[in-house]
Amino acid sequence: MRAAEPRRLGAVIVASFMGLAASATGALAELQGNPEDGAVVFQKCKGCHQVGPEAQHRIGPHLNGIFGATAGRHEGFAYSKAMQRASADGLTWDLGTLDAYLENPRALITGTRMSFRGLPDEQDRHDVLAYLRQFSDSPRDIPEAVPSAFAREVDLPPEVLAIVGDRDYGAYLASECLTCHQSDGSDAGIPSITRWPTEDFVVAMHAYKRQIRPHPVMQMMAGRLTDEEIAALAAYFQDLD
Amino acid sequence: MTLNRRRFLGATAATLAAPMVQAASHGRARVVVIGGGAGGATAARYIAKDSQGEIDVTLVEPTRMYYTCFFSNLYLGGFRELSSIGHSYGTLAADYGVNVVHDWAVGVDRDARSVSLAGGATLPYDRLILSPGIDFVDGSVPGWDISAQNAMPHAYKAGSQSELLRAQIEAMPEGGTFAMIAPPNPYRCPPGPYERVSMVAHLLKGINPTAKILIVDPKEKFSKQALFEEGWGAHYPGMVERIGPDFGGTNVSVDPMAMTIDIDGAVEQVDVCNVIPAMKAGRICEIAGVTDGNWAPVNPHTMQSRAEENIFVLGDASAQGDMPKSGFSANSQAKVAAMAVRGALTGSKVFPAKYSNTCWSLIDTDDGVKVGAAYEATDEKISSVSSFVSQTGEDAALRKATYEESLGWYAGITSDMFG
Ligand SMILES: Cc1cc2nc3c(=O)[nH]c(=O)nc-3n(C[C@H](O)[C@H](O)[C@H](O)COP(=O)(O)OP(=O)(O)OC[C@H]3O[C@@H](n4cnc5c(N)ncnc54)[C@H](O)[C@@H]3O)c2cc1C
Ligand code: HEC
Ligand code: HEC
Repeated sequence: MRAAEPRRLGAVIVASFMGLAASATGALAELQGNPEDGAVVFQKCKGCHQVGPEAQHRIGPHLNGIFGATAGRHEGFAYSKAMQRASADGLTWDLGTLDAYLENPRALITGTRMSFRGLPDEQDRHDVLAYLRQFSDSPRDIPEAVPSAFAREVDLPPEVLAIVGDRDYGAYLASECLTCHQSDGSDAGIPSITRWPTEDFVVAMHAYKRQIRPHPVMQMMAGRLTDEEIAALAAYFQDLD
Repeated sequence: MTLNRRRFLGATAATLAAPMVQAASHGRARVVVIGGGAGGATAARYIAKDSQGEIDVTLVEPTRMYYTCFFSNLYLGGFRELSSIGHSYGTLAADYGVNVVHDWAVGVDRDARSVSLAGGATLPYDRLILSPGIDFVDGSVPGWDISAQNAMPHAYKAGSQSELLRAQIEAMPEGGTFAMIAPPNPYRCPPGPYERVSMVAHLLKGINPTAKILIVDPKEKFSKQALFEEGWGAHYPGMVERIGPDFGGTNVSVDPMAMTIDIDGAVEQVDVCNVIPAMKAGRICEIAGVTDGNWAPVNPHTMQSRAEENIFVLGDASAQGDMPKSGFSANSQAKVAAMAVRGALTGSKVFPAKYSNTCWSLIDTDDGVKVGAAYEATDEKISSVSSFVSQTGEDAALRKATYEESLGWYAGITSDMFG
């Protein structure tokens, strides 16, 4: 059952990209968005993506220069297998493909690691794309990103962030997480947690533990983990293939 | 079956204290797992994966296609195809090197440490893992026995029974009655019967809206009761009636030929009757001599049988304390047992056990609810340390998100079981 999947998927993806390319030359050829409104929409992306001169990869890759780029192009970022496949199948980011990905990431790329429900509102998508477009033009003209590009949800003492996790212990603890989170990093209804920078992972877990993030399942899971255990999990999931 | 007293006493000390590595005299250490469900498939996969070839793992399971009981109610409601809840063992064999033997285990010789199969083969083991799920207690619903399962299906093991029950519901006369005889505690999946009522109601609402659902229940209370009753009132007003113990729910018998049920002397004619009898550990546990009453007591730190330290019992069959009998629990317990087995056979590190459970139920389209808890091992039992449950009156967006989570969980647990 599993073995047959990639092939089938590949075919579907190619077909849908061709459809998108065609549509991009039509209605979506012109970007109708407002970059200032887009900066506000981008708040939803900022937990995972950075833009601007200092931008780095976080949970997601930085998004400078995304227009016209091949999907999944950064060597230094661990994309999902699904994104690598889409890239090999020739997916490039233009208005049409970006619009479709942001509307429903999993519908365009089944198995993507981007755990984001999507932007159902067309205007929001156009606005955020207009905002991103600014970071795609000539590199010299890349504007400063909106301030506080990476505000932490929880202020953790440096010694907690500095704990080096025990990967073996992490492997055992992680087995409990993999009843819900997929080990291959795909998001099938529960977010992807593989290949995160350890700091983001530790911060997210402490945000649940301290009940700053509201979700009851994760509050319960994180609530009984010690700082060392959280570090161990971060170390394990960071390089899980 | 009484326990062998000497063995019982010998087995009580937790092996965590002194993990003695058992270098098997015959080369690779051998683990036999009986039952390829939520507990057994997970244990086989984790031991094979994490021992990287050091342990030889054999999984004994009669069926070639395992249909998960979880989400089988969604099949009854028309939300899933039956094929989408069927899983084969191909990846466990091909990618993890598990020897999958499609046969029934019929005997366990604890002294010789071997399992005999219906087909005649004998499998020696260093450690044996039993995860056979449940069997039904004879005579718990007078008039019903397993030979009546075609007239009055239980559908509490998924697959052909689920198909049969759905076909019977679809064939009900207009305005007919669907009856469910609910089981007494403890049984697999505490919210299962009530999720089923919701899904049957959903199906009937579309095809037979004047039909009635009658639950005959020996229990005072049931899991997520407030949530289910709120949902039935909102989505299926007037359709569902429940007869609890105060009105004769404990005093029920059935006649599968006549399609009648007798509730405390009052005889009802019904069109479909879903009998969910009282349950006990799968028969092989009794054969192995590890049961005490209906279930097999285990050491909460490792899931080792209290009767025999070389045998582990997982999932529904085990008596462990506070965890509900669920697929999630069985999967969680399997990982603890897998770690303990590897520790004993290869000397790998053993960490303190952690367990958890979450059970989602679907009440109607996009109306999902959940209940869950975290557990720790004490010497006496697996003990609940924190818990949560969905609330009545939650908004539609949260209920939809909860349902979507359950889809993610299904994908997660089935790939954790079968690779
Ligand atoms: C309607 C329904 C809904 C449910 N919904 C949920 C849910 O939403 N979430 C949840 O977590 N749980 C749910 N459950 C519960 C869940 O299905 C069980 O708790 C879980 O399957 C238990 O796992 P197990 O390994 O103990 O047994 P099983 O998964 O039943 O596996 C036992 C296996 O052992 C095999 N076997 C038995 N005897 C022998 C033998 N002698 N030799 C060889 N093989 C043998 C059987 O063929 C079977 O495949 C539901 C159950 C039902 C009935
Ligand atoms: C929860 C974290 C998260 C959020 C929130 C998120 N993304 Fe992503 N994004 C990712 C990850 C992880 C990837 C890599 C996906 C993969 O490999 O499958 C990604 C990939 C992308 C890509 C493709 C990048 C490339 O190099 O090919 C784009 C474009 C993108 N995201 C845009 C957005 C926008 C715009 C938003 C907000 C509207 C957003 N993302 C919100 C995590 C996130
Ligand atoms: C019962 C299912 C379940 C289990 C088990 C579980 N999680 Fe989660 N996890 C979820 C759900 C659902 C969410 C989304 C929560 C939300 O919306 O905030 C989530 C979210 C997360 C996030 C944040 C993801 C993001 O995109 O921001 C992290 C990190 C995480 N989980 C880590 C873990 C770790 C580590 C474990 C094991 C110790 C674990 N989870 C166990 C269901 C689970």
